[in-house]
Amino acid sequence: MALLEVRDLTVVFQRKGEEPFRAVDGVSFDVEPGQTVGLVGESGCGKSVTSLAIMGLLPKRGTKITGTVSYDGTDLLKLSDREMRDRRGRDLGMVFQDPLSSLNPVVPIGLQVTEVLERHRGMARKEAMIEAKELLDKVGIPDPNRRLKEYPHQLSGGMRQRALIAIALACRPKLLIADEPTTALDVTIQAQILSLMKELVQDLGTALVMITHDLGVVAGLCDEVNVLYGGKVVEKAMRHELFAEPRHPYTHGLLASIPRLDAATHSKLTPIKGSVADNIPWSQGCAFAPRCPNALDVCVRVTPPEEDQLGRLLRCHNPVVPGTPAAEEVRA
Amino acid sequence: MLRYTIRRLAQLVGVVLVLSMLLFAWLRLLPGGPVSALLGERATPESREALTKQLGLDQPIFVQYFKFLGRAATGDFGVSTGVQPGDSALDIFLQRFPATIELSFFAILIAIAVGVPLGYLAAKRRGGWFDNLSVIGSLIGVAVPVFFLAYLLKDVASSALGLPSQGRQDAIDATRVTGFFTLDGLITGEFDATLNALEHLILPAIALATIPFAVIFRITRAAVLDVLDEDFVRTAESKGLTAPVIRRRHVLRNAMLPVVTTIGLQTGALLSGAVLTEKVFSFAGVGQALAIGFERRDYPVLLLLIIMATIVYVVVNLLVDLSYALIDPRIRTR
Repeated sequence: MALLEVRDLTVVFQRKGEEPFRAVDGVSFDVEPGQTVGLVGESGCGKSVTSLAIMGLLPKRGTKITGTVSYDGTDLLKLSDREMRDRRGRDLGMVFQDPLSSLNPVVPIGLQVTEVLERHRGMARKEAMIEAKELLDKVGIPDPNRRLKEYPHQLSGGMRQRALIAIALACRPKLLIADEPTTALDVTIQAQILSLMKELVQDLGTALVMITHDLGVVAGLCDEVNVLYGGKVVEKAMRHELFAEPRHPYTHGLLASIPRLDAATHSKLTPIKGSVADNIPWSQGCAFAPRCPNALDVCVRVTPPEEDQLGRLLRCHNPVVPGTPAAEEVRA
Repeated sequence: MLRYTIRRLAQLVGVVLVLSMLLFAWLRLLPGGPVSALLGERATPESREALTKQLGLDQPIFVQYFKFLGRAATGDFGVSTGVQPGDSALDIFLQRFPATIELSFFAILIAIAVGVPLGYLAAKRRGGWFDNLSVIGSLIGVAVPVFFLAYLLKDVASSALGLPSQGRQDAIDATRVTGFFTLDGLITGEFDATLNALEHLILPAIALATIPFAVIFRITRAAVLDVLDEDFVRTAESKGLTAPVIRRRHVLRNAMLPVVTTIGLQTGALLSGAVLTEKVFSFAGVGQALAIGFERRDYPVLLLLIIMATIVYVVVNLLVDLSYALIDPRIRTR
């Protein structure tokens, strides 16, 4: 049985006097113990909302969540507030995008680590401090004894993210969710943080859900990848398959819009035209159709079902077929 | 930190000197004067002249000022001509200052004790009925004139609740030590005197607390709303921390900075509120003395009381600024 089974997860935001907005629309995916699964897409595709829904961190008011999120066989969506509070930080850990704003500016780093140990592992402050020191050491923060007493503004961006990783992993959760953990960091630091996360999840056997818009992160880390568009999974594949032969025109477009060092000097970058705001609701055909180079007449009329095509799960009427000129663009 | 404190206190000396000069002139610019106040409209020119001379008011103003400075340096701030004629201004200050400090202290205590929790709850339930109701309530708190509320409390609430509405203490036999009636009882063991003084404080303190309460409530609500949207509160939630820990350690501690600033600024407002409140409740404090002093043009008492009030205001705000460093490590370690 998978550690995490997300089935038909749908999140609708409904504000008084406004049209309901489907941020996540029937997303399903599995995470096996120790596996790293990527959720990839542009901003606004629903990947962060998916992660917050799994963690139970969406505001109660004005939010409707349906589907199931079963963790070790328990549907997290059915748990009470209190039961969920007991699990967060213990069974599920989360690392956020901006390490500076994600740490409390007026509380020393040490207490921000120990409070989770005191809460879930029943440690006394003293004992927790010793453990916190070891944790900081483990995530590669030099001179942890001094850092424990310092405040977030005294640490560099990379150090802060390391501290947040230490906090998220303090109780050895079986599942870690990382929401764009490297986006706010310098490129050199990004690589360090990614390799640290890779090492830690391997050591601890933690399963990781990696949320990112950066296919480079996916390439370095993920076993399986879910590509999201407009709140739905449009393509699901193992990492090497996805990179070798992207099938969905959207995935294809994402890969084609990455600048390549080995491309000819004057060759043009191929962006995906339009923006996420152009998409149409899935109820009226394919949400990606207005931006899709492969769009057919049927795409704007019939919503493509999720089906096994060309050896993987796809939601597309006219996928990219290997060997065609469009496909070669990426492979070149 | 120490150098900063010393610099601020040095500034205070300058402020007091300039203020004393300005006040000295301003008070004398007011129409009428202590002579007319003491002798009335129908006094003879001779008697007026004699009194003017006796009070030293016939001399040029700068001479009066330097004489005042010289005497003030020895602790002599002149003699009251209107509030308690014949008493020294310093004695009047020493009698009345503890009264106003007690009153203001309890007023600000009430304002904080009610305003901060209500502000937190209102923010937590943003847009709900509790939030709307308390926002309206705080608007009323700001809008209702203090003296109106004071009369309401004095004439209606005092009889309904059986609370005293006049003076600082009943005419009971109580030993005076510090002039703070609530403290004196504790020091001498006369607990009934303390209790009696506390009963006398309740209604005026509530009247005086309304405006600072409303302001503290609104600032707390706004500050908590800001903090609740912060990423670190979401991080705290993601750790599964209990609600009280999140509230105290993560939300309130971050929301306190603007609230503490407001509390400091409100001490200034308290003093102007005390003038009205003390008058209504015949509470023998600085505010009442100021009101009488202005009516009777009591130059020495007004000068001393206003300067002392200024010093209190500056010192409270210095303490507020110093407390920032305690609350926010980003200020401390910069």
